[in-house]
Amino acid sequence: MTLYFTKEHEWIRVDGETATVGISNHAQEALGDIVFAEVPQAGRRVSKGDDAAVVESVKAASDVYAPVSGEVVEGNPAVADDPAIINRDPEGEGWFFKLKLEDPGELEGLMDEGAYRDWVKTL
Amino acid sequence: MSNEADSQNQDLDKLPLDEWHRVRGGRMVPFAGYEMPVQYEGIIAEHNWTREHAGLFDVSHMGQLLIHGRGTDAALEKLLPGDLQALADMKPKYSLLLEENGGIVDDLMATRRGDDFYVVVNGATKHGDIDYMHQRLPATVIVDHMKEQALLALQGPRAAEVLETVVPGVSELSFMQAAPFRTLGHQLWISRSGYTGEDGFEISVPAVGAAEIADAIVAHDAARPIGLGARDSLRLEAGLPLYGHDIDRETTPVMAGLNFAINKRRRAEGGFAGALRILAELENGPPQKRVGFDVEGRQPVREGALVLDSEGNEIGRITSGGFSPSLQRPIAMGYVASHLAEPGTQIKLEQRGKLFDARVAVLPFVPHRYHRKGAA
Repeated sequence: MTLYFTKEHEWIRVDGETATVGISNHAQEALGDIVFAEVPQAGRRVSKGDDAAVVESVKAASDVYAPVSGEVVEGNPAVADDPAIINRDPEGEGWFFKLKLEDPGELEGLMDEGAYRDWVKTL
Repeated sequence: MSNEADSQNQDLDKLPLDEWHRVRGGRMVPFAGYEMPVQYEGIIAEHNWTREHAGLFDVSHMGQLLIHGRGTDAALEKLLPGDLQALADMKPKYSLLLEENGGIVDDLMATRRGDDFYVVVNGATKHGDIDYMHQRLPATVIVDHMKEQALLALQGPRAAEVLETVVPGVSELSFMQAAPFRTLGHQLWISRSGYTGEDGFEISVPAVGAAEIADAIVAHDAARPIGLGARDSLRLEAGLPLYGHDIDRETTPVMAGLNFAINKRRRAEGGFAGALRILAELENGPPQKRVGFDVEGRQPVREGALVLDSEGNEIGRITSGGFSPSLQRPIAMGYVASHLAEPGTQIKLEQRGKLFDARVAVLPFVPHRYHRKGAA
């Protein structure tokens, strides 16, 4: 299992062909209290860079992009029911959706965890 | 994830309490030309704390003016629809700075201090207001910008209990009453008023003394510093308009439902900027009205969303909207065509191509709890 991050503050946990996607701890801190999340339905195909989910804090709405292309196999109903989970456990229980990876090559160029955490410190 | 607006720190002024906010973990963002704390521990926690206890807000970005000189009250009546000539001493009054076409230049609080008027205007508009007044008031009337004053607001059901420990005697004030006080060696001007729907006070203090007063207030267990984020959610629940969003030069006092600010004598006599249009709208009704909206579902609908009638025609715009921490659901404020402004009217809202069901709601969303004289 490998963990990657994007410059848009998504994380992607890859386990075989399945990629689980969420937003980083840095992202949830920047957003503040999250009051709404909308996750994609299973079966939807997303291309890398597409708007895949929505997350809204008290202050603002943001789109969550698909960091890689693939077919959604599951949206997380728990974050839609209780969006505050994303604040409490952004890189665990607060995942947004799972994809079936189409092109593992798209993972190249994403940051690993160490590189992401170092980069975030510079922001 | 899409990026939040990057903070632009160029040309921003610092508040007298800048360091005070940073030490307490305030997250500073650009607002009204200043770096201001948007939150400390979190907007929802701060919102709820203010509704249950007492929240201290730094609103030093707002413009504090002292308007004086011969005939100030009569001169101000050319620009404001209130009865300033008969305004009692030390009684803050909500009023509106108007332009000739009836648009709102700013909303403000004006308090008579003898022959002078102490006026608090919005931060983002203060310089424009001063210019406008300079152009429109006779040379005998002087507008002094009290730049050396900070402004704090202490709001919430325990505000009086807290402030009494710092400023003995202050709890004797009733809602919309003001007085000078002296504490810790500083001269204060305090009014019982605010922008949250709760009981509370607004405290004008010399900038050099602001940190000392703020420290003394938050030394009380019931008081915590509260950021701009919660100030916005609190005032939205209280149905209070925010200048530059819910009211502006395109809206009139009658459209905005601020008829209470148009005094009876002034309605009869006119003689204020915009009177022609405003009095006609009082008589015949305005084309649009500011209303609240209860939004179905859980997704916030925010400023800029369209208001649609049942046939999909645009009949207005959302001017403020968000998640209500007290009600745990989305609420909004905006304008609709007057014939659809009746509470309960079903309308649709459109945001980023998505439709939402909503109903016109009675304002405020959360009842006001002001400390009125004679009330328990």
